[in-house]
Amino acid sequence: MNATAESYVTADGRTIGAPVMEMKNITLKFGGVTAISDISFDIREGEIRAIIGPNGAGKSSMLNVINGFYHPQEGEIWFHGEKRKPMKPYQIAQQGIARTFQNIALFKGMSTLDNIMTGRFTHMKTNMLMQAIWKGPAEREENLNREIVEHVIDFLEIQAIRKTPVGRLPYGLQKRVELGRALAAQPKLLLLDEPMAGMNVEEKEDMSRFILDVNDEFGTTIALIEHDMGVVMDISDRVVVLDYGKKIGDGTPDEVRNNQDVIDAYLGVAHD
Amino acid sequence: MFYREAGDYKKTYAEDTQTFPIKLDRMGYYAILAIALIVIPVMLANDVGGGANYWANAILLPFLIWAIASIGLNVLVGYCGQLSLGSGGFMAVGAYASYKLMTSFPDLNIVFVVILSGIVTALVGIMFGLPSLRIKGFYLAVATLAAQFFLVWMFNKVPWFYNYSASGQISSPTRTIFGFEVTGATATPEARYLFCLALLIALAWVAHNLTRGRIGRSWMAIRDMDIAAEIIGVAPLRTKLSAFGVSSFFVGIAGALFFSVYLGAVEVGEAFGIQKSFLLLFMIIIGGLGSIFGSIIGAAFMVLMPVLLKNIMVGQLGWATDIAAHFEFVIVGALIIIFLILEPHGIAQLWRLLKEKLRLWPFPH
Repeated sequence: MNATAESYVTADGRTIGAPVMEMKNITLKFGGVTAISDISFDIREGEIRAIIGPNGAGKSSMLNVINGFYHPQEGEIWFHGEKRKPMKPYQIAQQGIARTFQNIALFKGMSTLDNIMTGRFTHMKTNMLMQAIWKGPAEREENLNREIVEHVIDFLEIQAIRKTPVGRLPYGLQKRVELGRALAAQPKLLLLDEPMAGMNVEEKEDMSRFILDVNDEFGTTIALIEHDMGVVMDISDRVVVLDYGKKIGDGTPDEVRNNQDVIDAYLGVAHD
Repeated sequence: MFYREAGDYKKTYAEDTQTFPIKLDRMGYYAILAIALIVIPVMLANDVGGGANYWANAILLPFLIWAIASIGLNVLVGYCGQLSLGSGGFMAVGAYASYKLMTSFPDLNIVFVVILSGIVTALVGIMFGLPSLRIKGFYLAVATLAAQFFLVWMFNKVPWFYNYSASGQISSPTRTIFGFEVTGATATPEARYLFCLALLIALAWVAHNLTRGRIGRSWMAIRDMDIAAEIIGVAPLRTKLSAFGVSSFFVGIAGALFFSVYLGAVEVGEAFGIQKSFLLLFMIIIGGLGSIFGSIIGAAFMVLMPVLLKNIMVGQLGWATDIAAHFEFVIVGALIIIFLILEPHGIAQLWRLLKEKLRLWPFPH
């Protein structure tokens, strides 16, 4: 495999394209604390890119930088070959970046269907007057988007809980609905913040399968944070390793596994 | 046994998302519409049983107008989660806007007057909604309280708003629709009733449409989790302001009707004081936050309960009116507290539970 090539084909036959997102020398500080210092990495089109690291390494901060909750003091973010100006999170969502959260961030008062329909927000265009009249454009648009949402529901096998308020669902299903909401947006880049946290083995297997299927069937580029090393090494194409806000490793799972810095960070090493 | 979805196959998404998915519900809805649109007006017009004016003035008109206002406030508080205590002030904006429009443009039809008053109120509401980007919850309630006091003060102090009348009051001139008087002293109860009813039906339908679609979901997303709403592309300020606008539009129309159709003459501090804001808030809390049906039921509850209590205490038990009036406060207050403890999600939630039970009846599961 040649990492510098514009595109290549993986062992399982997926085509990985040129970088869609490039982080160049990102530095993020909160007052005197440097959460991320001078980190650069890229995410290629169609790949599953994992971000790993011990607690407090700056992984979630990195996702928050990507989708605009935090604005880095230094560095550039390039998305689809263009340097990104500082933007609000909702503007970044409109560019086609969706995400899920570490601790579930569903809309508790709404049903599964409504939650996933909300994911279609950026694709729906009818104005308030049309919405108020409903008959005509608004209803047509609603039904078109409902069809797309139903595909997502089928895909994630959650047909039975369509009309259930999400607050009543067990944890694993809530995670799945949250993934559904992100998928409904048909994102160009999907960010998953610990999609398997707190799950049992069976639920992890399900979730891994969904992540792989999303990547395989829709060609969605995925960047994920995960602590379960087994899962990360199995499903990701490339892994970037952070520790104390610094990048200590970047490469294929095999390269990362044999990287001495990474081993030190995870197993600990005597500092002298 | 009859209240079932079973056998009623939904073949399109439109059928699946229709307002009343169960046939019995649809029939009940049409029956209520028929009673409200035909039976009650005929009874009012023929003065069946006497006291048509009493019925219209004590129960029907206040109920219809408060129902419009509480749908409006529910959009803001129940759907978008932005607490507001300025509704009395916004009703005053609607009332004074309609007064100025009626006196400045005597030829303008009352329907347009009412709708324009709603639009004026919506603009004022959006202006007072601006702080909502920065402040949330109780703090926002305090900020909207400022709107309440400022607006009432303004209508009291600036003579232009009441056309420099000596009393400081505004009174509604006579206006007609298709030749029927709906405002002014000589308007018949049935005409005023039908005018308010038509507006309630139209506005409830609009509110239902707005809340079931894209905009309604964006409001609820902001209410339930604003951070998650933002990452799926919902712009917080624009969404909150749209809720303030729609809400104030409804509340403004209710204010215009309250003044022009119901009271006829208004003194701002008395008619649109802070107690009206609280009354409206009680209506949506008792009726059910985030429910159009709940808003209407809540308005019915808060309008009917005092009338009912007064009739029982004065009419049946023969108490003195002043004692009855005091007891009325105590009982209504106690009922609100009991209600909040037993069913914090309001009458709409009770109704929902009842329907869920009915679907399974006669089986428990």
